Amino acid sequence: MAYTQILIAGFGGQGVLFAGKVMAYKGLEELKQISWLPSYGPEMRGGTANCSVIISDTPVGSPIVSEPDILIAMNLPSFDKYENAVKAGGYAFVDSTLIERKAVRTDISVHYIPATKMARDLEVPTLANMIMTGKVIRETGVIKMEGLRDALAKTVSAKHQDLLEANLRAIDAGYNYKG
Amino acid sequence: MAKVLMKGNEAIAEAAIRAGCRHYFGYPITPQTEIAAYMAKRMPKIGGTFLQAESEISAINMVYGVASAGRRAMTSSSSPGVSLKQEGISYLAGSDLPALIVNVQRGGPGLGGIQPSQSDYFQATKGGGHGDYHLIVLAPASVQEMADLTVKAFDLADKYRMPSMLLADGTIGQMMEPVELPEETDGSGVEKPWAVTGTENKREHNIINSLYLVPEQLEVKNLERYERYKIVEQNEVMYEEYMTEDADICVVAFGIAARVSKNAITAAREKGIKAGLIRPITLWPFPTEAIAKAAEKVKGFISVELSMGQMIDDIKLAEGCKKPVALCSRVGGMIPSPEQVLAAIEKAERGEF
Amino acid sequence: MAVVFSKPKALTDAPLHYCPGCTHGIIHRLVAEAIDDLGILGRTVGVAPVGCAVMAYDYFSCDMVEAAHGRAPAVATGLKRAMPDRIIFTYQGDGDLASIGMAETVHAATRNENITVIFVNNAIYGMTGGQMAPTSLPGQVTQTSPYGRDVKTVGYPIKVCELLSALDAPYYIQRVAVNSVKHVAEAKKAIRRAFENQIEGRGFSLIEVVSSCPTNWGMTPQKALDWVESDMIPYYPLGVYRDKSKEA
Repeated sequence: MAYTQILIAGFGGQGVLFAGKVMAYKGLEELKQISWLPSYGPEMRGGTANCSVIISDTPVGSPIVSEPDILIAMNLPSFDKYENAVKAGGYAFVDSTLIERKAVRTDISVHYIPATKMARDLEVPTLANMIMTGKVIRETGVIKMEGLRDALAKTVSAKHQDLLEANLRAIDAGYNYKG
Repeated sequence: MAKVLMKGNEAIAEAAIRAGCRHYFGYPITPQTEIAAYMAKRMPKIGGTFLQAESEISAINMVYGVASAGRRAMTSSSSPGVSLKQEGISYLAGSDLPALIVNVQRGGPGLGGIQPSQSDYFQATKGGGHGDYHLIVLAPASVQEMADLTVKAFDLADKYRMPSMLLADGTIGQMMEPVELPEETDGSGVEKPWAVTGTENKREHNIINSLYLVPEQLEVKNLERYERYKIVEQNEVMYEEYMTEDADICVVAFGIAARVSKNAITAAREKGIKAGLIRPITLWPFPTEAIAKAAEKVKGFISVELSMGQMIDDIKLAEGCKKPVALCSRVGGMIPSPEQVLAAIEKAERGEF
Repeated sequence: MAVVFSKPKALTDAPLHYCPGCTHGIIHRLVAEAIDDLGILGRTVGVAPVGCAVMAYDYFSCDMVEAAHGRAPAVATGLKRAMPDRIIFTYQGDGDLASIGMAETVHAATRNENITVIFVNNAIYGMTGGQMAPTSLPGQVTQTSPYGRDVKTVGYPIKVCELLSALDAPYYIQRVAVNSVKHVAEAKKAIRRAFENQIEGRGFSLIEVVSSCPTNWGMTPQKALDWVESDMIPYYPLGVYRDKSKEA
């Protein structure tokens, strides 16, 4: 029975909470137990933001993720802060455009994705979060690719539905990134 | 009905609307502002009232006005704002008016912080405002309960003609979980012949009032109210028991603290320690009997709180000093980790309280 | 025998508790007459204040709510929003409306809340035994200004009509007095007007009634009425401060 704890962390504005929402909505579609908990308050305006997501086959206890199975680090301060928290045997996904150092841990699988650069090249500069999400799906299978469009359509607000395709493209790019 | 993902705060707002509440008054404060934002969006579309009041004090008195008219009304705030509402809450209680007050707690005292807390336990369960009175206090531990207990709070308030409070915290308010939303009702299930809706020249005038200058009369009013409270205590206690049948160590926790405690209890069980949880869902009335019953078989209790030891007093009163009660807490916006609670359980298992 | 004078239906039979010479009785009667004349008794709900008029809920025969000190406009807002077809009035004194309840007053006014506010200004806290009010005159001796109101340390009186008429929203604001037959007749018209405005859905109407407090002013009733004329009215000029029906 899987009980997967995900921590997504980065600067405010990098779409940390949104990436968590996509996973939560998709998890719900897959009939999993879900919790999504954002950091909140003024730090969301340009400071660091993080988001705890739990996707599970059994009821979710505490929604606070302090020892993630999966860490998605979108900036250096977040990687510095949370690298040691990742459970042994877990995963770290690192935006290598913004985080130049390598992981210290050797007991976790670490994936380096130049997500910010890829997003710029794809002309979707705000969607590094979705590129990271694509890679997470590929490597961990925590949620499935099938049916992602529907989940995404629910996550994207009504006024941003025109960005649905761009989001899907970014997820695809991350999913297919070999590195 | 299909489950939807919703923030706890939004679930409160939607559930209130589905419970027939058409009047919401509030004032912005973190971490509950989503409730006001949701109401601002929805109320105008369904012929309801959303009004951003000039202060918390005005907001609760607007609620008092709507409640006087016999309609379902609510206000929401977070700790410092709820302090400001205490005057109005005392008047609601003293005038026997049903209404819902939501407190999505943050750290205190004073301006405190904006991170989750449970340190308004005393304020919510022991009065808060002046005078002898109680609120029905409900403590949700999930987004589903944010919705369900909002409806329950309105129903109980109407049934017993008293204000009720949903005592949540920043975590449950901000988190998203799947929720099955309650059925729509118009909230008119309980007759309110006392409401001031205009006499239509057909009856004596109704008066909504808490002033009784003759002490004998005021005493009678208080005694009558406490007779009603006794019925609430007999009929409306709600709690969840988790792995308590064979428990040696009984954790007592509500809201987010109960969620964390469940993780710790699972971990303790893996280590062979028989731990269990009593989770009060009503904080007033408090599940006194459940605690007293547990006291007959457990080694001791642990009160897990996001406060400096408030609920622990009620646990001690309930178990009658038969067994030791330890406190495991974080405050100021910090949340105990499952490991901290597990450590407290292990200590208790060794007989250290 | 023809009835030439009777008690308004909007008043109950309860004997008023007000002091001899107090003008609350006159003002209660004027409010009740307006309710009777307009035929709205069965659909009116009044809000009583904290202060001398705290027991107004026993005197008006319409449905009544007793509000916390200063909160009557917020309570009235709730009542009106819940029952837009009901006529809601508040009856408040100077401490209630202009001191502890100033925020509620100003904001109900600036929302142009469709309610009627009867504001009784007698320049003193009567119920508690004669303390300085926000409207006590400069130099006025009270229990808490025993050497006279010293404007250098406690500030100047608040002129409510002038203050509220600085707002864009309120529909109707008038100051009247009840110290003479002529003034009572004017006050009666003003109060009736304030209810009519609400019936027509025009919005916020406030009638300030310059009143007297013989007991706490330490004067005979007659002397108190004279003092209203000689000292109060010059400081609080009577007249219409806002009338949106006159504006294009």
